[in-house]
Amino acid sequence: MPKNPMLKKVLVIGSGPIIIGQAAEFDYAGTQACKALKEEGIEVVLVNSNPATIMTDDHIADQVYIQPLTVETLTYIINQQKPDGLLPTLGGQTGLNLAVELQEAGVLEEYEVKLLGTSLDSIQKAEDRDKFKKLMEKISEPVAPSKIVYSVEEGENFAKEIGFPIIVRPAYTLGGLGGGIARNIEELKTILQSGLMNSRIHQVLLEKSVEGWKEIEYEVMRDSNDTCIIICNMENIDPVGIHTGDSIVVAPSQTLRDEEYHLLRSSAIKIIRALQIEGGCNVQFALNPERLEYIVIEVNPRVSRSSALASKAAGYPIAKIAAKIAIGLHLHEIPNYVTQKTKASFEPALDYVVTKIPKWPFDKFPDANRTLGTQMKATGEVMAIDRTFESSFLKAIISLEGNDTGLRRRELSSLTNEEIIRRIGICDDERIFVIAEGLRKGILVEEIHAVTKIDPWFLYKIEQIIQIEKALEKEPLTVELLREAEKKGFTNEEIQELSGESMAMVDTLRRAHNIYPIYKMVDTCAAEFESATPYYYSTYEQEDENIISKKEKIIVIGSGPIRIGQGIEFDYCSVHAALAIKEAGYESIIINNNPETVSTDFDIADKLYFEPLYSEDVYNVIRKEMPKGVIVQFGGQTAINLAQRLQKKGVQILGTSVDSIDAAENRERFERLLYELGISQPRGIAVTGIEEAILAVKKIGYPVLVRPSYVIGGRAMQVIYNEDKLRQYVKEATSISSEHPILIDQYIEGIEVEVDAISDGEDILIPGIVEHIERTGVHSGDSICVYPPQTLPEDVIDTLVEKTQKIAKALPVIGLMNIQFVVRDGDVYVIEVNPRGSRTVPILSKVTQVPMVHLAVKVILGEKLNNLGYGIGLFPTTNLVAVKAPVFSFLKLNDVDVALMPEMKSTGEVLGIDSNYEDALVKAFVAAGYSFPKEGTVLLSLNEKDHKEAIGLIQQLKKLGFNLAATKGTAAYYRKQGLEIGLIEKEKLELIQEQINMKEIKMVINTPTQGRDPRRKGFQIRSMADKCQIPYFTSLDTVNAYLRALQRVNQQIPLTYDVLDQYM
Amino acid sequence: MEAMILLESGMIITGTAFGAAKTIVGEIVFNTGMTGYQELLTDPSYAGQIVVMTYPLIGNYGVNAVDVQSDHIQVSGFIVKEFAEHESNWKSDKRLNEYLKEQGIFAIANIDTRMLTRIIRNHGTMKCLMTTEEITEEMKAKLKSHSFPKDIVKQVSREDIAVLDGSWKKIGLIDLGVKRGIIEQLQQYGEIHLFPWNVSAETILSHGLDAVLLSNGPGDPKDVLKTIETTKTLIGKIPLFGICLGEQILALALGGDTYKLKFGHRGSNHPVQDVRTNKVMITSQNHGYAISSESLPENVQVTHINVNDATVEGFCSPDHQIHAVQFHPEAGPGPKDADYIFEEWFSLLEGSEQSA
Repeated sequence: MPKNPMLKKVLVIGSGPIIIGQAAEFDYAGTQACKALKEEGIEVVLVNSNPATIMTDDHIADQVYIQPLTVETLTYIINQQKPDGLLPTLGGQTGLNLAVELQEAGVLEEYEVKLLGTSLDSIQKAEDRDKFKKLMEKISEPVAPSKIVYSVEEGENFAKEIGFPIIVRPAYTLGGLGGGIARNIEELKTILQSGLMNSRIHQVLLEKSVEGWKEIEYEVMRDSNDTCIIICNMENIDPVGIHTGDSIVVAPSQTLRDEEYHLLRSSAIKIIRALQIEGGCNVQFALNPERLEYIVIEVNPRVSRSSALASKAAGYPIAKIAAKIAIGLHLHEIPNYVTQKTKASFEPALDYVVTKIPKWPFDKFPDANRTLGTQMKATGEVMAIDRTFESSFLKAIISLEGNDTGLRRRELSSLTNEEIIRRIGICDDERIFVIAEGLRKGILVEEIHAVTKIDPWFLYKIEQIIQIEKALEKEPLTVELLREAEKKGFTNEEIQELSGESMAMVDTLRRAHNIYPIYKMVDTCAAEFESATPYYYSTYEQEDENIISKKEKIIVIGSGPIRIGQGIEFDYCSVHAALAIKEAGYESIIINNNPETVSTDFDIADKLYFEPLYSEDVYNVIRKEMPKGVIVQFGGQTAINLAQRLQKKGVQILGTSVDSIDAAENRERFERLLYELGISQPRGIAVTGIEEAILAVKKIGYPVLVRPSYVIGGRAMQVIYNEDKLRQYVKEATSISSEHPILIDQYIEGIEVEVDAISDGEDILIPGIVEHIERTGVHSGDSICVYPPQTLPEDVIDTLVEKTQKIAKALPVIGLMNIQFVVRDGDVYVIEVNPRGSRTVPILSKVTQVPMVHLAVKVILGEKLNNLGYGIGLFPTTNLVAVKAPVFSFLKLNDVDVALMPEMKSTGEVLGIDSNYEDALVKAFVAAGYSFPKEGTVLLSLNEKDHKEAIGLIQQLKKLGFNLAATKGTAAYYRKQGLEIGLIEKEKLELIQEQINMKEIKMVINTPTQGRDPRRKGFQIRSMADKCQIPYFTSLDTVNAYLRALQRVNQQIPLTYDVLDQYM
Repeated sequence: MEAMILLESGMIITGTAFGAAKTIVGEIVFNTGMTGYQELLTDPSYAGQIVVMTYPLIGNYGVNAVDVQSDHIQVSGFIVKEFAEHESNWKSDKRLNEYLKEQGIFAIANIDTRMLTRIIRNHGTMKCLMTTEEITEEMKAKLKSHSFPKDIVKQVSREDIAVLDGSWKKIGLIDLGVKRGIIEQLQQYGEIHLFPWNVSAETILSHGLDAVLLSNGPGDPKDVLKTIETTKTLIGKIPLFGICLGEQILALALGGDTYKLKFGHRGSNHPVQDVRTNKVMITSQNHGYAISSESLPENVQVTHINVNDATVEGFCSPDHQIHAVQFHPEAGPGPKDADYIFEEWFSLLEGSEQSA
């Protein structure tokens, strides 16, 4: 069937900010969908609040709305645009929930908007636990004994019936939010409470646990012609019990016989047919490892993280095809974009092994509970491809950028066998390394299997890796051994360290015997048909099928997995870089390993290499391609960190030179440079021990900002006010990074300002300046910020421009740079210079319409800013005001302090756009999930040093009609000031919880005294507020901004939700 | 032990021997299925062939006594990238290596199977020699003079007639190297009378059957002259069904023509469209020859086509009550999307009886 001719305009809803459980995969899916619809001549209207995405670029959709994802917004936009159809299944759970709400509100009916793709009825049948269970029973598909409950008592009764362990799964939530495995009645009560609260419909499924069974997933597609195909099946190495987003996963399944594979395949197809899905769908199974028996765990009736992974693993663009199906096309009518000869109605045949490993934020949150279970904790993931499992697996490990060059972790080598067995009984992010250590120590595969239930096949494979480690240690490094080690994915560093041979010796062997990787193509069909996809992976085998063109090439190094501090913004930069390189007439090549993102879509760059961003792997690609040069400034710190090593091997780094990068990143050099330029910066001293640290602070004076050198996102950065804390910090920090010193800086309390610029070495162009709402001390990634600055006088702006210009020229920077300044009493200090793209690049590119990455690429290729049509100096502002607000995923991570600190914690961001500050502010708060209560109690618990400053705020709150209640110290202070204020005892947490539940306490303002200590009441109060999803603030500056927004809301003048140009 | 593959083109590829080392000659083909190696090894349609698996890890789940399509391994040789030294599956009895060794089948591992697949794809199916010895001129001559055995069907068919109990219909099955999966499917519909390839039409007709199915099997359909003749006689006298080689023989008997595909269809992911309903299903396939659609007489309708290359995947001749498919509705290995075919055929039978 051709596409539905009635569809001329389609609305696509994005997934909003990145949070754990809903990450970059939806930018990939949404971008693909928009492109697919446009290809069919349909006008696309896109709404998303996340500015860091490619999908919100004006060339992706016809009308782009960067607006909050709410019913109010969508109704406004639907009224304005009058779309014929709405595509709800590509924006994750957020998009889906919003579509349901629009339907329930009658908006779709009123404006005659047709829901495309899978129907809401089907979605409900799949997502509503009860309906799903009934449907499965109807079609005779097995499900675990289970019961839907709406209360804790119901849950307890069911537990008495079926016994423990029991899995708790709340309905309509993301990434298993609020769920878990309960092993006894106490655990059940706790998990049930949070599960019921987190479910949109207060519904939770209790299910008999099949922990330990194999967890298998199928990605299925179906069209309106009832054609059903499997894109890829996947086997979780971690058995049932660990959220699939937190599991190490391989594709295709490795341990399933044909009968088992097809038993589950047939079931998946039966289910997708019963649900009448039109598009993509993910079905999860538990397969009994001891007999032919399975149960259906759950179905995701939409594209998902797994479908992004399957798309990259199989070379089959699920979201793109799903969009085509949604507008009526049939699979057999859609071309296979990879082979271009066959059709989309087939099942990809893989001739390689894919491994996915999650990227967890525990390096950023040393206090977080690292145990993995049914609630997802990973922020991102890496994928690796190879022709052996061992190499695919090791490549994925290396791609995590966790300092691992193999499976050995020194700190685990002292574990005893008993400790190992005990540790592997609990799944955490380190388990796989502990298992490897166990095998190294001679613990049998059978024993490890008995504890972990990981299929012995995988354990034998890890044992193979250990055997090669041992061979490298014991035997002389022969050509055969080197070749074998390479085939199994050993890195150079690992080979050298284990064999004790020098780099020169290994290199000589390689050269003499030509032991270098070759490249094979991901082609969806195991080479059955000739393909033209430029999608490659490395392997050590005979035939190289990599076609090296004669064109001049430029390689863009991507940014790897999404993590806190290095998010989707760098993927945005990489994608634009690839496009700009193409435009400039060069062949663009991307190297990256993140399966969720747009940059690893095979039609972005001219050529894609799916490889670890590890110097050896990157260099091997360079060796092969012989590019004009490599660009590292768009791939975040990941790419920057590779620059030096690549240059040492003779690689041309384009743009800002490696020396200039070093001049910006090396503390001493940078200090000297600023001194020479006459630019002030907070005084700072690098120390390696406690005595030095104390001495340093004597010179600088408290408070000080301390952090380890060379880090992303301010890991373990803290403001310290006294010596006790300093001692504690130094003790902890040295164990984090022994190679690099600790940096102690003078803490200057002031306004933080960020400047992003493009520099050609002579001139700079500053598209825009961003002012932070929260004063220094809150990480720039976690603060609310506004473009253009609202409080800075013109002379300060001039100074900022002038200083940026000086630094850019002195380094010099060629391409993008980002400078963080602090302004205090009109004085401007430089905090840091990042000679690369930054978090603000996508935002500024959008709101100023200055194509920053494109201009950067042009200057990198030798053009001068003066000739590029955007002028030099500070780009003029318009009426537009944009407010960026951070979004956090604390709900998914236990034991992490929710307070704002110098250390970054947010996982995503939203943007509020309008032509005045207040309106933009309201939109940013709404988009970030804040509500605006009109009355009720505000609970105050403030750090002593904030008491005085907060008086104004408190008076304002009173004026707005809120009741005030405070903890002892805070209440005492304000009572003394003559303010009427209630008292709440901090110790009576249950009482506070009760009052929140009763909707008496509507807001919490709690500025931490210490932070990071879960035993402290303040910590517990703010965590509680976060869990209960009421507005809470840990910085007075945020409160100020919020109250400003609240006053705007109270005016009850409707906001407008228009496209960006309307506000300029 | 080092082992070598000598291709017809003269190219030599080196790997490691496993299974039972020896020197063999055969036709080299590739299969893209990611599971189902045991079913494939025991499928008589692969007789005389050396099979290259495109999936790199083979043997992961071992072998067992049940997942077989005949009572022994049928392939002449087996080529993989890596065979599992440690298998894992609750049903596994032994390792693939042992299984091959026991049955005297030679296999080679550590081969860049993707390269080999690309060679076969570009060059077409060819002859090849596998050995652990040094390649001699004699071997080259042996490879050159090798021709695919014209009596391969005879080798895999049966000699006797057998009857398998069942209720409802009486079904004749001409065993041209039948897969166990087909027999298992037919058993759901009735009593099966198994005949050898060279059975006469008279014998078949004397059994009082409701229908006759021509099974799958190896080789060129045009080599199976006797069966084609028998089929010609049966046309119009009894409803006829065909699968794979059986389908090709039916086409030839109806006056159609077959030709050799460049590298065949072998795998579990082939999309087939039923042209009558426009529905697409994913099928298991294993054939080197195809029916030329232009050659089919007028009273024959093409019912199924391959979505990838538009080759004939099924036809019917309502006048003669003939229905046949090129793909494998019995699956094993592969998807079960097409298992409704049997049901459809037998319900047709029911319909025709009622009208008669």
